[in-house]
Amino acid sequence: MVANRDIDITVHRGTVHALCGENGAGKSTLMKILYGMQKPDEGTITVDGEQVSFATPADAIARGIGMVHQHFMLADNLTVLENTVLGAERLHGIGAKARRRIEEISGAYGLNIRPDAHVEELGVADRQRVEILKVLYRGARTLILDEPTAVLVPQEVDALFDNLRELKSEGLTVIFISHKLGEVLSVADEITVIRRGTTVGTADPRSTTAKQLAELMVGSELPSPETEESTVTDRPMLTVDGLRLTQTDLDGVERVILDDISFTIHQGEVLGIAGVEGNGQSELVEAVMGMRDPGSGRIRLDKDDITHVATRRRREEGIGYIPEDRHRHGLLLEAPLWENRILGHVTERPNSKGGLLDLRAARADTARIVAAYDVRTPGIEVTAASLSGGNQQKLIVGREMSHRPKLLIAAHPTRGVDVGAQAQIWDQIREARREGLAVLLISADLDELIGLSDTLRVMYRGRLVADADPTTITPEELGSAMTGAAAGHLEHVDDSPEDEAR
Amino acid sequence: MKKYTSRFDKERLFLGIAAPLLAIVAALVVTALVILATGKNPGPAFNDMLTYGTASDSQVYILNKATTYYLAGVAVAIGFRMNLFNIGVDGQYRLAAFIAAALGGALTLPGIVSIPLIILCAMAVGALWAAIAGVLKVTRGVSEVISTIMLNSIATAVIAYLLQPGRLGELDRAGTKVSTEPLPSGSQFFVFDTGAAGELWGFIVVSAVVGVLYWFVLGRTRFGFDLRTVGMSESAASASGVGVKKMIATSMILSGAVAGLIGMPTLLNDSHEFSNDFPGGIGFTGIAIALLGRNHPIGIALGAMLWGFLERTTNHLEFQGYDKEILGVIQGVIVLCVVIAYEVVRRYGIKRQQQRVGAELAAQAAGPVKKQEVA
Repeated sequence: MVANRDIDITVHRGTVHALCGENGAGKSTLMKILYGMQKPDEGTITVDGEQVSFATPADAIARGIGMVHQHFMLADNLTVLENTVLGAERLHGIGAKARRRIEEISGAYGLNIRPDAHVEELGVADRQRVEILKVLYRGARTLILDEPTAVLVPQEVDALFDNLRELKSEGLTVIFISHKLGEVLSVADEITVIRRGTTVGTADPRSTTAKQLAELMVGSELPSPETEESTVTDRPMLTVDGLRLTQTDLDGVERVILDDISFTIHQGEVLGIAGVEGNGQSELVEAVMGMRDPGSGRIRLDKDDITHVATRRRREEGIGYIPEDRHRHGLLLEAPLWENRILGHVTERPNSKGGLLDLRAARADTARIVAAYDVRTPGIEVTAASLSGGNQQKLIVGREMSHRPKLLIAAHPTRGVDVGAQAQIWDQIREARREGLAVLLISADLDELIGLSDTLRVMYRGRLVADADPTTITPEELGSAMTGAAAGHLEHVDDSPEDEAR
Repeated sequence: MKKYTSRFDKERLFLGIAAPLLAIVAALVVTALVILATGKNPGPAFNDMLTYGTASDSQVYILNKATTYYLAGVAVAIGFRMNLFNIGVDGQYRLAAFIAAALGGALTLPGIVSIPLIILCAMAVGALWAAIAGVLKVTRGVSEVISTIMLNSIATAVIAYLLQPGRLGELDRAGTKVSTEPLPSGSQFFVFDTGAAGELWGFIVVSAVVGVLYWFVLGRTRFGFDLRTVGMSESAASASGVGVKKMIATSMILSGAVAGLIGMPTLLNDSHEFSNDFPGGIGFTGIAIALLGRNHPIGIALGAMLWGFLERTTNHLEFQGYDKEILGVIQGVIVLCVVIAYEVVRRYGIKRQQQRVGAELAAQAAGPVKKQEVA
């Protein structure tokens, strides 16, 4: 398969160059080539006027190119200093010299590094700075950042951008990969857009609007997640009351993961939960799905107490589930599509009758889902692994919707999904909501959350700390509650971008 | 649409056959080299294997052997489909055969009652012995690999303790062999008389039924789907509502129950008693056969027959002046090659399918992308 073709990109020294495109457009493949993780079939790469060829990341590092991955590669139980020198012991040893060098770098670029802090104590933004430090420590003059803002709240994004500007002013080059247009426009000096594996154009951020950029990226109009008039009824569908979940870790210390969680979702209502990842959202979903047994509290689905009911019963009772990690929880990657259609609904029609599978009906229904939900595949016998992320997600959405759920749990329903599929998934959620579906929506995409939700809650360290009205709130205002800086009812303030906690 | 799916199927079939074929060819080459290294000519050896192995009495021998091996292969394969490595099939079947033999020797009921009782007893013992490992795994997180290996040793010790004169064993007249009390002639399983070629064990029918059940339960029932789901992805299984722990324990018990059957063809059709020379190590043979047969009911059958064929023919090679250790070499190389070949072919298959799907879709969506400039 051709992931990249005819890529022309020129990055000037001392600039921040943004590379944007939809998910699956080929950005990551291009970066892997630049970083020596993958070899191109044809074409040349030139660094400082000299043609180069990278066989391994080590070659790229030797040429001063470093990469900060989207998923951090840090050892939690080591300190920042130890993580930095790990694998680069030859440069400055592991002692005082290394520490001096780290402090030098940290000071020069305003990274604010504490060399002796353990990585497990650090927040996401700090970890990211450690990753940047690691790359700089190895002598990189060109940094590739793969979707660095995906895990950050808006305030942290601003801090990161300040760091990037600092790097730029010291003569370093930054290649910044993102599909968030606002960010790209605010930080980049030059923008290259990739679509379907090829560079489709360049843009100057000073004279381009987000809309123009989006159209260049998608090749058509940009969808919006906004819902129409409210369809909220007063009939409660999911009621969670005083939910508490604790977990004892290896040292025997009991950690509270969820504390005093209470909310109600009515028929036709979308409840959005905002929060930085790792604040208990996944665990909340697992408790509602029955994959974790809560310590105390009650969960009711349409008047029935389901607090301790098995997952399969809950699914049969009408809970649909779009998991946040579709590869781990939503699919059998090496199984054909029709088996994936049975997954999670093996006890329901058309998949089975009595104790026996009804293969013919399951296959026929898979073909129906593939057609109705526009899953791009050559057939239903191919494995799920051979589909792109967006098509896998469409299959999952189609499967869950086919059983007419009363409650849909959608965790990051459009993550890693291309813009076209994203619009379809939003449409399907909206349509089902009109027909009385209750939705628990969890997303890191604040625009999606604000656009789709009828009610917004903010989760921070296992508690629901704030609520907001999605019709007036801005992503920045939500962001401050996500970092714990604000709590209670968030009120939109017109003249000041800062929000107030009441 | 149809066209694409059928082509994928043909290719998958080809890939499925490619791996074992590759392994067997590689094994033949290595064996030939080994025979050459001992200063002998491999040509006549292979020729002898082929002519002797296809003789009618050899065919009966091979099918009798395969009956036992097939059950062993299925017992292991049930675990494999679940991502469980039941190394304990060996201990499970020996203990099961021993207790069932002791029970059978003590029973004086008509065959129609006692034979099913003996078989059920063997399955129950095998299931119980496997259940220990299953329960340890789901309650304490003990790896089934470790616990079943240890249970094999414990089974050996238990049998050695009980199979003594005065306990469940008795000494034969010559004073050389200790065995359980022989089954009464009424408790012997029927055989097919094939004349000069010998007797074909009737238990082959039970083996075939087990194979059909294995195929049906795994491929056509809800339970089988749940089991395969856990085998493919525990996380997806638990999210889909399968009780993963219960499933692990259940499949371990099922594997043990089938393992309990392994000793039955020998006991009911051949030896009619459990003695200290009752065939051992078949559990490990089962691992090789399940691997070779890709956990597929027909694949396992072919693997079992191949194993029987190799045993039969290499025994005969000894009389032709070749070393009997050739058998070990061939079997070892086959298993090694199979493991490697499957992984290679599996990865190739996944990659190839992804490429094909990509190519199909690219062809569908082929529209030239125009370069454009904004601002």
